Amino acid sequence: MALLSLRGLVKRFGDTVALDHLDLDVAPGEFLTLLGGSGSGKSTLLRVVAGFETAESGAVLLEGRDIAAVPPHARPLNMMFQSYALFPHLSVAGNVAYGLKRDDVPRAERDRRVAEALALVRLQGFERRLPYRLSGGQKQRVALARALVKRPRLLLLDEPLGALDANLRERTGFELRALQRETGAAFIMVTHDQNEALALADRVAVLEAGRLVQAGPPRAVYERPATRFVAGFLGGANVLEGQPDGAGGFDCPGLAATLRAEAPVDRGTAACALRPERITLRPSPLAGANASQGVVEEVAFRGDDSLLLVRAAGGALLRVGHAEEDGAPPPRGSTVHLAWEAAAVVPLRG
Amino acid sequence: MRRLPLLLPALWLALLVAVPLLVVVALSVSFPAEGIPPFALPGRAEGINGEPFALLLEDPFYRDAFLGAVLVAGGTGLLCLGLAFPMALGLVRAAPRWRPLLLALVLLPFWTGFLPRLGAWIGLLRDEGWINTLLLGLGWIAAPLPLLYSWPALFLGMTHAYLPFAVLPLYASLSRLDPVLEEAAADLGATGPVAFLTVTLPLALPGAAAAFLLVFIPAAGEYVIPELLGPPSAQLVGRVLWGEFFQNRDWPVAAALAVALLVMLIIPILLFQRLEARR
Repeated sequence: MALLSLRGLVKRFGDTVALDHLDLDVAPGEFLTLLGGSGSGKSTLLRVVAGFETAESGAVLLEGRDIAAVPPHARPLNMMFQSYALFPHLSVAGNVAYGLKRDDVPRAERDRRVAEALALVRLQGFERRLPYRLSGGQKQRVALARALVKRPRLLLLDEPLGALDANLRERTGFELRALQRETGAAFIMVTHDQNEALALADRVAVLEAGRLVQAGPPRAVYERPATRFVAGFLGGANVLEGQPDGAGGFDCPGLAATLRAEAPVDRGTAACALRPERITLRPSPLAGANASQGVVEEVAFRGDDSLLLVRAAGGALLRVGHAEEDGAPPPRGSTVHLAWEAAAVVPLRG
Repeated sequence: MRRLPLLLPALWLALLVAVPLLVVVALSVSFPAEGIPPFALPGRAEGINGEPFALLLEDPFYRDAFLGAVLVAGGTGLLCLGLAFPMALGLVRAAPRWRPLLLALVLLPFWTGFLPRLGAWIGLLRDEGWINTLLLGLGWIAAPLPLLYSWPALFLGMTHAYLPFAVLPLYASLSRLDPVLEEAAADLGATGPVAFLTVTLPLALPGAAAAFLLVFIPAAGEYVIPELLGPPSAQLVGRVLWGEFFQNRDWPVAAALAVALLVMLIIPILLFQRLEARR
């Protein structure tokens, strides 16, 4: 049985719809990331589950039980807040012990569990420090220890890495993953960072305008985006407009070319996605489908590769990846021939 | 050139604070004398007059005046805190569009003069006042209640006058609290009242201390309210000082009282400043 089931959640703030008939299941021990832009409803979703917001309709089922009427303090789950929300007047140990005190855990056991939780986040020796004397990374760990010390089966994390600088973010991400495995709790983590979402999760759920657009393992969502939004949001795929040609191909006027996927393109296809790194530069023009040509408008060096902006013959602007090992990228203004495999073409349904 | 902006306040302080203070200190060690003004400054021949300060230490009347002032100011501070805390909390929790109006209501008493407001209290509380007239008219009492010139009337007037001084610092400190802290407390299992007691209240304590001191410091020297509303027995420092100056015409003792009051208030003022520096 799912640990958490959301059924048809609707939440509006004035005229804006934050959650639009959203259904989602979370399995026990699963690491799920909720990925979406600002205003996609991902934070609202977390706040509805925690009980800080009430959905207008729909159900929140925790282990099969509807918890809509349960106030936040009585919900057997914990949340790590984006701002960490550490109590400024309590020491590190006081912050971590706060939830145990509310449950009247006896002193000796409380001390032991606080020590355990602080060891888990490698903050031994900081017990008596006040939050204002901690670095951002240390605050983040205290918040994590405080949320984990009650051993919740479900932990909600609102942009837990958002306030950290880039190198710390990657390391802390791995630590989060390890902690999640160690504790066996299900994590629902909200993020707007696609790399974070893909790197950490067992499953990624992409939200757009309060709707769940696609959910699945990171690789599957990345390689087979379902809609224009997912394709553009994850990895910045080229979204190519056009229509099915009725013979299994997809006519793309912007490229002045026909696209062919591995399977025939069906009639409901609205557009096709093509990732920049799957497009290769060819020395000479190639006849047939899945090939085009254009003029290089911009070249951006990105370290392990370069990103080219190519104006295709039909007027579309294509993002094309150029790996370093393939030598120097073509200069701005040069004409290039492009080709890609059928496996790289992903038909989108919306 | 950069020091120029400091010059004006320095000049202001020197002329309007330091010089008068020196005059008062000089007065406090002067000799009483017949004439106008009724004192003789200390000189090389006479030395200084230590009697005014000696008198303050010896005469229990003055000691009680200070003690009374501390108790009344402290009591007023606590009463104001008790009223101001729910008011400030209400202000912070009110919908943003109501907040300016509610804040204006807190400050509304400042728009009318201090004395007319006391006059209003007198009109309400005196034997022929509104309250007694109403109670007599209803037949609930046979004779007017002695409401005016009593300790309750004194505290009523003091609390009414100083309440805004307590509301504003408390409001400032409560509005700085991140509401997400109470959500975090709730998430960790605290019910509303527990979250208030364990998170909001302790974090509001510096603001509460500031509010108390902002009431205590001016209230300790208050003269007008005890005089107009309080009982004759409320011989607090401010009133005693006035009596020495205008009725006994003993300027040196009056000045000594003023200096002693200032010294007494330096402690809470320093406390207040340390608190503000920490915030």
